Amino acid sequence: MTNEEIRQAVIDILSDISPEEDLENLDDNTPFRDQLSLDSMDVMDIILELRKRYRVNIPEEDYGKLDTMTNTVAYLEPSLKEM
Amino acid sequence: MAQYISKYDIIVIGSGLAGMTAANTLAKSGHKVLLLEKHHKLGGLATWFRRQGGYVFDVSLHGFPVGMIKSCRRYWNAPIADRIVPLPRIVFDNPQFTLTTSFNREDFTRLLTQKFHLAEETVVEFFDTARAMSHTGDASMTTQQLFDRFFPGREDVIRLLMEPITYANGSTLEDPALTYGIVFSNFMSKGVYTFEGGTDLLIRLMQEELERNGVDIKVSADVTGISVENGEVRGVQTGKDLIRAKAVVSNTNLKGTIFHLVGREHFTPRFIETAEAVRLNNSSTQVYMGLKPGESINEDVCGDLLFCSAAPAFRTEMLLSRQITSRTFSFYYPKTRPGTENYAVVSSTNANYSDWADLPEAEYKASKEALIEDTLNALEKYVPGIRGKIGWLEAATPCTFQDYTSHWNGASFGTKYEGLAVSRELPEQIQGLFHTGSVGIIMSGWLGAVNYGFIVANNVDAFMLDQKGKN
Repeated sequence: MTNEEIRQAVIDILSDISPEEDLENLDDNTPFRDQLSLDSMDVMDIILELRKRYRVNIPEEDYGKLDTMTNTVAYLEPSLKEM
Repeated sequence: MAQYISKYDIIVIGSGLAGMTAANTLAKSGHKVLLLEKHHKLGGLATWFRRQGGYVFDVSLHGFPVGMIKSCRRYWNAPIADRIVPLPRIVFDNPQFTLTTSFNREDFTRLLTQKFHLAEETVVEFFDTARAMSHTGDASMTTQQLFDRFFPGREDVIRLLMEPITYANGSTLEDPALTYGIVFSNFMSKGVYTFEGGTDLLIRLMQEELERNGVDIKVSADVTGISVENGEVRGVQTGKDLIRAKAVVSNTNLKGTIFHLVGREHFTPRFIETAEAVRLNNSSTQVYMGLKPGESINEDVCGDLLFCSAAPAFRTEMLLSRQITSRTFSFYYPKTRPGTENYAVVSSTNANYSDWADLPEAEYKASKEALIEDTLNALEKYVPGIRGKIGWLEAATPCTFQDYTSHWNGASFGTKYEGLAVSRELPEQIQGLFHTGSVGIIMSGWLGAVNYGFIVANNVDAFMLDQKGKN
């Protein structure tokens, strides 16, 4: 997967979790929590979906690293680039 | 009856809201899941019962937070989420104040500033402080200390802000302030909700969803042990059968899981010491009153939930006493089950298991009669002539809750705060063993149970993928 495809995969998950959010205007460098109504349960939901769809296992201590889109794509890149 | 094979990826023991949510989430993630329940029906304490003459009683339906809508939509399905509706009228009546509220931040702010004459900035700061609390915060401040900081000397305010939380999860002024802050922010900010159609419909819709997702369900299956070898889970024992599984999720009481189902010899001494020190939350009493056909209740007077008390002030120790006068009435109108004409009232109080379990039989019976009498006397004020209107009347004590749930001491709200860390540590002690259900106050009640079921399912799913990687 390219970084653009990884980004789209995360957007797809976000739109499933929170269909009412405006994801078109998402700023990749601002924390999700500051622009979307995501709570800690939603973050867990994203992690479960990433595991289900792409078999990436993110340890609990790394959840905090998925705070912005840019950081999320960077974190996922090593696991997903070969897919 | 569902066919069940003898080997599963995951076995879930107990079908409370947490167990069912874990089972559903794991099945949707592609695992082969078996759900075992000792009763003939699913739901745990999210339950109901029917009595001759068409009476139906919900045990714990009224009054969960708005977050249930989102959790049900995400972890269950839209038809379940769409049936969650607000309870519009919450009534408080005690010697300090009488009021009706829609139970949201705006209305509490209005009441606290206009009726209780608090400065608006104090109220705003209190709401914001509660909202900012998280389980990673400082657990040394008590709820009493939090109230003393914002509302010194205002026992009336404390009562307004505390009574519903005590009803919802059994917590007291001595519990950590962060448990209060988290639950308060979920519960007393956007109204209080119920499920239209009754608990029976909710559980039926959940069962159908479980079956659609391929969960094997076995009811009347009492689990007698969890099999552990070399620090790893092997399966569960039910009757004569050992059913194999790679992971086990226990949705029974935390202490029962550790000390009864697994056995202390499988854990480190330090863990056992910590687990022994976990305090259980209190138990409850309930009185169920069904109105005769044709009788009704004035919704404008009683509201949907009525927090009433004759006690001059709110005191934790009084809340558990058998001489309690603080009780919550849940009023179930025909709107609960549209198309029916059922009126029912369920009265709940918190209670100590030991106050009931140690009584000789005659005294136990007499105490139960006294509980019913006291409840009717209290209800008479709101439903005049209540005794003549009732067609079905019975009571549940902490012994009833113990008998139904197999929870130690009939605990109806899980454990105190320290139980959460013990529940979370279980998989580090025994590979493949997980616990979910009411723990630590913040993971209690309907929303806490559903969310914790999902959180643990996420951990189990990660564990299963790790195991696959190793093989």
